[in-house]
Amino acid sequence: MTSATRMASRNRARAVGAASIVAVVALVEVLIGAGVINAFVVPRPTQILLAIPRIVVEEHVLHRFSQTAQEVLWASLLIAVVGIALGMLLFRFRPLRLAFETWVGALAAAPIVLMYPLFLVIFGRSTTTIVMIGFAAGLAPVILKTVEGLAGTRKVLIDVGRSFKLSSAQQFRKVLLPAALPAVFVGLRLGLIFAMINIVGVEFLINFGGLGQLINELAERYDLPGTYGAILFVILASILFFDLTERIERWLRPVE
Amino acid sequence: MALGAPSLGPPPSALLDVRNITKRFATGDGEIVAVDDVSFSVAPGEFVSIIGPSGCGKSTLFNIIGGLTGDYAGSVTVEGATISGTHPAIGMVFQEESTFPWRTVEDNVAFPLEIAGVAKAKRMERAAHFIALVGLQGFERRYPSELSGGMRQRVAIARTLASEPRILLMDEPFAALDEQTRLLLGDKVLQIHHALQQTTLLITHNLTEAVQLSDRVLVMTYRPGRLKRAVAIDLPHPRDSEVVSSAPFGQFVAEIWQDLREEASRGIEDAESRVRQQGTR
Repeated sequence: MTSATRMASRNRARAVGAASIVAVVALVEVLIGAGVINAFVVPRPTQILLAIPRIVVEEHVLHRFSQTAQEVLWASLLIAVVGIALGMLLFRFRPLRLAFETWVGALAAAPIVLMYPLFLVIFGRSTTTIVMIGFAAGLAPVILKTVEGLAGTRKVLIDVGRSFKLSSAQQFRKVLLPAALPAVFVGLRLGLIFAMINIVGVEFLINFGGLGQLINELAERYDLPGTYGAILFVILASILFFDLTERIERWLRPVE
Repeated sequence: MALGAPSLGPPPSALLDVRNITKRFATGDGEIVAVDDVSFSVAPGEFVSIIGPSGCGKSTLFNIIGGLTGDYAGSVTVEGATISGTHPAIGMVFQEESTFPWRTVEDNVAFPLEIAGVAKAKRMERAAHFIALVGLQGFERRYPSELSGGMRQRVAIARTLASEPRILLMDEPFAALDEQTRLLLGDKVLQIHHALQQTTLLITHNLTEAVQLSDRVLVMTYRPGRLKRAVAIDLPHPRDSEVVSSAPFGQFVAEIWQDLREEASRGIEDAESRVRQQGTR
């Protein structure tokens, strides 16, 4: 498949995806209009869209979006640097892997967000607390997928490196790491999801700015179109970060 | 037709000399002798194939000569110097698909030059030369996933040739390809061998491939892997795949098959008896 046909195929898939979302939203609109879905629980999609200019002007949603996005960005950078480094360490030293891999797996399942009082004690009521909770929540999948990716490198590729007498550092940089990249990026995306959920959750809980706090305030005022409008901005942040990771992955490893 | 027994001593002209190699593996059912006292040598510019049934220790021998497997008895020498571990004089081409999927054809081929610290312009120029040699000009910027299996193996061959090894060591590089592609790639290998006078040692289980390409074919026994016989293939050079329709070619194939058939039958009987034993446990 040439790059032009690949691009055309990708664009077609994206168009189908966007059209499906529009169709689902239209269906929800129709079902609410017909009374099948209670309008007091789920506002009409058109009402949500109409609420967006209001929350932009009155609730400063863009500023809050920027705060949440910055927290997610810092947490993601920490997750990437620390998670990949720890994954490499666990891969390199087998006893460490045997000792800690199960614990790291357990960490992935832990409801980190409930530990927010502890983080508040350590880091105070600040952005650092929110970033650190996001970091702690998103770390495990990056470590696990990095180990999996490195360990799953095809033996023949390692043998090619050995046949060209690569040093350990070259073998790592030129063979193992590029081979592991797809798995590492799966881990990064999972870590990003965990971090995003926890960051918005903590903002919601500790009322310290960001989209989470806004969602909390709007929900308490029973401003449902505004609440759902703010949730749309969380989804937007998620899409932007996903797109960013995809671009970085394609840049580092253009074709699989 | 020149036939000969396995070589008993290193000839003075040998580029590669493999002497009294024995390799044992410990398994759950006891120790297995994979390779047993194998000795042969390869002269500069010579194309030698080692043929044997599955399980005869061919790939073990490939790994020993290439330096990927240690802990064996015997010695491997290149131009009289004993080597251990991987060595720049020996370039390996693997049976499995071994191109780096994240690198373009030219970046794959330039890989050993990049490791050697050759400047980018120079290494791309050298890569272009070897890409042309394997007939892949026009595909320099493509990724392996955009190529056929045969093309990917040619990239792997070009990458190994780019390291300019004294000996090209190949382990069934065309095993996954269909017969027609294999014959045509055989032509390409012969052209490269002719152009570079590249000393080549090919491990294969394919009779026609061995006779089509080689100056000498070494037949191995089924477990333990020993050299049974050396057959000199005195078909005229330069050769191409048309040689397979000639009468002398058929005679060589028939002759080697006589030796190989017995070994292949032993291999099948052994595999069947192991399956039976597993069934009765």
